[in-house]
Amino acid sequence: MIEATGLTKHYGRTVAVDNLSFTVAEGRVTGFLGPNGAGKSTTMRMVLGLDRPTSGDVRIDGQHYHDLHQPLRTVGALLDAKWVHPNRSARDHLRWLAAASKIPRARVDEVLDLVGLTGVAGKRAGGFSLGMSQRLGIAAALLGDPRVLLFDEPVNGLDPEGILWIRKFMHRLADEGRTVFVSSHLLSEMALTAQDLVVIGRGKLIYQGTVEDFVEHATESTVLVRSPQLDRLRDLLRAEGSEITEITEDGDALRIGGVASAAIGELAAANNIVLHELNPQVGSLEQAFIQLTGDTVEYRTEEHRSEEHGAGEHRAGEPAGNGEVTSG
Amino acid sequence: MSLLTAERIKLLSTRSPWWCGLLAIVLPVGFTVLLATQVNPTNAPGFEFTPAATQGTASLGRAVVMVLAALAVTSEYRFGTIRSTFQAAPQRVAALLAKSAVVVVLTAVIGAVVGFGSWAVFRALHSGPDLDLVTAADWRSVAGEVLVFALTGALALGVGILVRQTAGAVAILLVYALLVEGLIGVIPKVGRDIQHWMPFFAADRFLGIRDGGDDLQNLPLGPWAYLAYFAAITVVVLGAGIFAAVRRDA
Ligand SMILES: Nc1ncnc2c1ncn2[C@@H]1O[C@H](COP(=O)(O)OP(=O)(O)OP(=O)(O)O)[C@@H](O)[C@H]1O
Ligand SMILES: [Mg+2]
Repeated sequence: MIEATGLTKHYGRTVAVDNLSFTVAEGRVTGFLGPNGAGKSTTMRMVLGLDRPTSGDVRIDGQHYHDLHQPLRTVGALLDAKWVHPNRSARDHLRWLAAASKIPRARVDEVLDLVGLTGVAGKRAGGFSLGMSQRLGIAAALLGDPRVLLFDEPVNGLDPEGILWIRKFMHRLADEGRTVFVSSHLLSEMALTAQDLVVIGRGKLIYQGTVEDFVEHATESTVLVRSPQLDRLRDLLRAEGSEITEITEDGDALRIGGVASAAIGELAAANNIVLHELNPQVGSLEQAFIQLTGDTVEYRTEEHRSEEHGAGEHRAGEPAGNGEVTSG
Repeated sequence: MSLLTAERIKLLSTRSPWWCGLLAIVLPVGFTVLLATQVNPTNAPGFEFTPAATQGTASLGRAVVMVLAALAVTSEYRFGTIRSTFQAAPQRVAALLAKSAVVVVLTAVIGAVVGFGSWAVFRALHSGPDLDLVTAADWRSVAGEVLVFALTGALALGVGILVRQTAGAVAILLVYALLVEGLIGVIPKVGRDIQHWMPFFAADRFLGIRDGGDDLQNLPLGPWAYLAYFAAITVVVLGAGIFAAVRRDA
């Protein structure tokens, strides 16, 4: 288990991580989600004792990283697949890591086999493709058979086959009871890989909870209604609706949020309103993510800036996006 | 112990230390051969045929050893493996002391080969009793290279840890060792006095190497005190490096 409390990191005047508290449970894959520059890598470096927090604290199974005895046996991490000496062979890279933590030589060949690099173990790591480097990084992380694993954007730049392989691998590790903490800036990827989510933006916590809750609450489902009697329908809905969160004009149609399509259909039938279209629509994950982190994205384009709608402050543990009324 | 093994594997599993090591030996020993074939009592009447005189080109090897030692840590910063090092050993002092120990052993071995190698090839070309290792001073000149190279390695490692970048560290070390120390003596009046306190000047005085015929009278320290002085500078620089690495984000 990883527990961060009030974790904060300043680099000069940049606040990379801002009073961040979260927990990562064992036996599950926890996605660490945030747009570029949100502070994911910085947080992971602090977990591993590489960067010193400006304030706050992070513990692994109750201990500080510095106090772990032979930490590679407790925590394995892949922060950057390119952090290998290019002229050192894959096997030698693992050999020195193993030696540093008194891990038996045989384990090196074991993890090489596990990630499918046995055939190229003697080749210099500098010649490896991104996918192979990624596998070597995973082998290094697994070397000490650790209970806790951290992966920073492990699928970045991989082809679909590589992505699938890593995804399955994460699931397997979690099923073995390990704590798996994996960062990404793609919600769609995390929706497939993770069970839990920690979402941050500009160093601050936006959400912590299950992926399902996040997806359910963060994606708004609306119903698109087309009818020659739209005005009457709108009045009826307004009169009816305590649950209605949104009614917007969408060309010659209405977009209604917060009410199931069946309820709208029944309301229309009861009032003899002709419907030409009754179309439930689920917002895309990426759309939801962008909206959620909308005002926390570090680097954004002008285009984004102008279409931004106030997402407001979101409290931790409470998925944003619900309870928000944007009536057109 | 485990950290020493890790550092040894790291140092010896890439090619650059091997090339540097080879060059650090071939360069001084090769030039000693050249020197030995060129000088003889008739064409160089001022040349003293002593063991100390066989060590005149060792400073070339020392320069290469500095590159080797600096690279041992700057390449870790360059390729990001320093993070893995500190992940495996979050007690950074222990990790860096292990690295220092491994570098020091390697550079000491190189120093031994350079010292005795230069002396041996010189003596092979100029047989005579003058070049035998008889007095304590004779031994200090030749075997002393072991200590001088070891300390030079540690000093350069310290600079490498402080600077973190290969180009920067190597430039500082080489420009300093090959130019700055020599040029300081050119400063009018005080130049020579300052030079008497320069680290590599100190190392050479420990070895008993003559300094271009200039007077080495009235030196502030004796040979062993000069070695202690050189060692103290090394400890300060390496200590500062380790201290910085512990304080800084990796
Ligand atoms: N060593 C550093 N020195 C100065 N600023 C830094 C440093 N590391 C990170 N930052 C800054 O801290 C912020 C967070 O960076 P970080 O790399 O943690 O984000 P990230 O979420 O990992 O982003 P990405 O998805 O692009 O990898 C950024 O503004 C970055 O510029
Ligand atoms: Mg990152």
